[in-house]
Amino acid sequence: MPTNTTLPRREFLRVTGLVGGGLLLGTWLDFGTNGVLEAAEVATGSAGEFAPNAFIRIAPDGVITIMAKNPEVGQGIKTMLPMLIAEELDVDWESIRIEQAMSDPAKYGTQVAGGSTATPTNWEPLRRAGAAGRQMLVSAAAAAWSVPAAELTTASGVVHHRASNRQMSYGQLANAAAALTPPELASVTLKNPKDFRIIGRAIGGVDNHKVVTGQPLFGIDVMVPGMLHASYVKCPVFAGTVASANIDEIKALPGVRNAFIVEPGGTALNGLLGGVAILADNFWAAKSARAKLKVTWNEGATASQSSAGFKAKATEFFAQAPQRSLRAAGDVNAAFASAAKTVEAMYEYPFIAHATLEPQNCTAHVKGNTVEIWAPTQNPQSGRVLVAKTLNIAEKDVAIHIMRSGGGFGRRLNNDYMVEAAMISKIAGVPVKMLWTREDDTQHDFYRPGGFHKLKGAVDASGKVTGWQNHFVSYSNNGTDFVPSANMDGGEFPTLAVPNHSIGVSTMPLGVPTGYLRAPGSNALAYVMESFIDELAHAAKKDPVALRLELLAALPAEAPRGAMVASRMKGVLELVAQKSGWGTRKLPKGTGMGVATYFSHRGYFAEVVEASISKAGVVKVNKVWVAGDVGSQIINPSGAINQVQGSVIDGIGEAMLQEITIEAGRTKQSNFNDFPLMRLTQTPQIEVHFRTTEYPPTGMGEPALPPVIPALCNAIFMATGKRIRSLPISKHNLSWV
Amino acid sequence: MPVTFSVNGTPRTVDVPADMPLLWVLRDVLDLKGSKFGCGIGQCGACTVHLNGAPVRSCQMPAAALQGQKVTTIEGLSPEGTHALQKAWEELDVPQCGYCQAGQLMSAAALLAKTPKPTDAQIDAAMNGNLCRCATYTRIREGIHRAAGTTTRNTTEAGGAR
Repeated sequence: MPTNTTLPRREFLRVTGLVGGGLLLGTWLDFGTNGVLEAAEVATGSAGEFAPNAFIRIAPDGVITIMAKNPEVGQGIKTMLPMLIAEELDVDWESIRIEQAMSDPAKYGTQVAGGSTATPTNWEPLRRAGAAGRQMLVSAAAAAWSVPAAELTTASGVVHHRASNRQMSYGQLANAAAALTPPELASVTLKNPKDFRIIGRAIGGVDNHKVVTGQPLFGIDVMVPGMLHASYVKCPVFAGTVASANIDEIKALPGVRNAFIVEPGGTALNGLLGGVAILADNFWAAKSARAKLKVTWNEGATASQSSAGFKAKATEFFAQAPQRSLRAAGDVNAAFASAAKTVEAMYEYPFIAHATLEPQNCTAHVKGNTVEIWAPTQNPQSGRVLVAKTLNIAEKDVAIHIMRSGGGFGRRLNNDYMVEAAMISKIAGVPVKMLWTREDDTQHDFYRPGGFHKLKGAVDASGKVTGWQNHFVSYSNNGTDFVPSANMDGGEFPTLAVPNHSIGVSTMPLGVPTGYLRAPGSNALAYVMESFIDELAHAAKKDPVALRLELLAALPAEAPRGAMVASRMKGVLELVAQKSGWGTRKLPKGTGMGVATYFSHRGYFAEVVEASISKAGVVKVNKVWVAGDVGSQIINPSGAINQVQGSVIDGIGEAMLQEITIEAGRTKQSNFNDFPLMRLTQTPQIEVHFRTTEYPPTGMGEPALPPVIPALCNAIFMATGKRIRSLPISKHNLSWV
Repeated sequence: MPVTFSVNGTPRTVDVPADMPLLWVLRDVLDLKGSKFGCGIGQCGACTVHLNGAPVRSCQMPAAALQGQKVTTIEGLSPEGTHALQKAWEELDVPQCGYCQAGQLMSAAALLAKTPKPTDAQIDAAMNGNLCRCATYTRIREGIHRAAGTTTRNTTEAGGAR
């Protein structure tokens, strides 16, 4: 096994927050050539099978299997990561089998769908895994023919010696290659990108045929012999517990096989919460029994919290100085005093839910001190740790099948459903498929937290932005650490481009579970920052694109690692302005164009929205232009465009329609009738352009989302003069086509 | 109560509660997992099947109403998975997570059976009850046009796998 690794494994498993970047695997820029593979053991193949590493198996009959290591949640990773391996192994895409790996970090390294991290962390290591396999096959052929390896070439899974017109397939070479020692991964030669045959090709999802023919594929489709169907009823107030319930009555209902109270597994909101489990022959029987269930709850302290209360507290905070400073430079008060113009505004955004279309579910089978789990999860390893701890089982005895997820969006980074299914199976002593109702899903999410910002900006007589102040009101239960996804760095654009700035924060406690929603942090902060930049542009009587270019020019050319490189943002902003005809098109009355940029998850996106607002206040988004820079290579253009289109429509939906309201410690909304999703008729035209730069490729799942929200709000301002300072837009006497 | 109805051309008899929705008869009794559960209140369309050729939300169709009816699910849309819509969906790489697509395809297939050359407005009317959380709507529209051999004013990207 190759061992020239310089980084300890914990380094690349670490997940941290980053300025404007949400979740980031700590050291992706650092880890050199082995990364994922350093922990990988050389797989032991079956008889005659060649397995140069955990990701590739070549059987003597020529069947080539590539392992897809990460969870597939609709981001296309089950297709994209194997493309990297297949490219360098030099096989035909159509000839290989792709297999979903189980959760096994010792074998596969990090297996997480989060933070748009898979592309940057796997781009080089997985290509090296493929190249190592190819090199060993070439060595085996060289030995067999007694010719120098340098005289050999490969193509389509065959090694050729052109000089003697000899060739052998990878299958024929498998046996001999299996006897060789794998090369140092750092030493293998990678293809020149101009020779790519798979990378850069629009390739359809590997599961598409199963999807369109309705074959079982998702977590919800799992069947285990002898399993019961479980429904789990939790307290509507977050983290409330069961005082008593009419368990005996429930057990006597038709189709019901068992019912019991589950005690909480601790105090963490993302652990096992208390509730009542009902097990039945099918989901309908379990769900029907819930109508007869009577529970007395201990609601707990969160029952006193509400969205209205959060807002009242924010208003109180805004009358005072921030509790603490996040970042400050220059003299912001002097800038305001000497300004030609100042602008003040309060912005707010609500809690919102993930609403994956496949409700949370998990199948678990506890057998003595082991458990087997089939989970649609974005983060199986954290689920393993949680299950092991809660059930008092060794981590090595928790086997997790990674099931395709019917949407993730960050919801399935938490594994509450996994520990619930495991505990219910343990108590019941049978395999269990636990499935939430849509109402359970809407009311027991890890929400994108709401937030409040009081902003003040200054422009001088020349129209230059000279002061930027933000008092951010958010949530913390200890006064220091923000609750998940409720954080702000303070260095978000354009703060560092303004000579005098002051960013402060005040926090209040929160008992509502929060978590990571697609482009976490950024999906809220982009709206605030990029809307307020637009306000300052209008105050300065400057074109919003021109003002942004001016602010970008004020940033240093070199950015610290992980921070925004201003020239890349300038590139996409100029591109989107050009493609959208910014400032050159005569728009009809009631139609406006808005622009916004945002850097998140290492991706650079600038977007322009054109929207028409009727006299009756009906908003129609006509078109969205997107320019993105995610580095030197779009690995799968079909998947990349899918992600951009999805992100843009997702963002418009968040802006326009969505709100979760907390009342008496519980969620008011329950299903798609009161928490709506975007529909086909609301979908605008979306034009996508990529600008390639010399930087290594980065992820596509998230960074296209944040800018569309402020771009839409800025378009509405241009069309109507109405500034959208709180979301959703539907609360501003505006409705939706 | 025992109910006999046709599923994908095969007569099936099930003994289930009268109020059990067709969706759960299909998924949990007949082990046909293609029709999906999204909302349970007829809002998302993930459970769409054909009842005597017309698209219905199977989560809203009680077993008691099924006697003698003909149900077609995604598994029965075509014997080999080669319905023009299924081919178009694969060619254009429509799915992201894929969870809603069985319902999308069944709604679209019912549309094309009645209206072989739909306009964008007819597509809007037929498809607006099917939610796609990943928002694959641009390619869904394009896929219907491709299967129908028509064109759309609404697409700016000839997407998909090539």
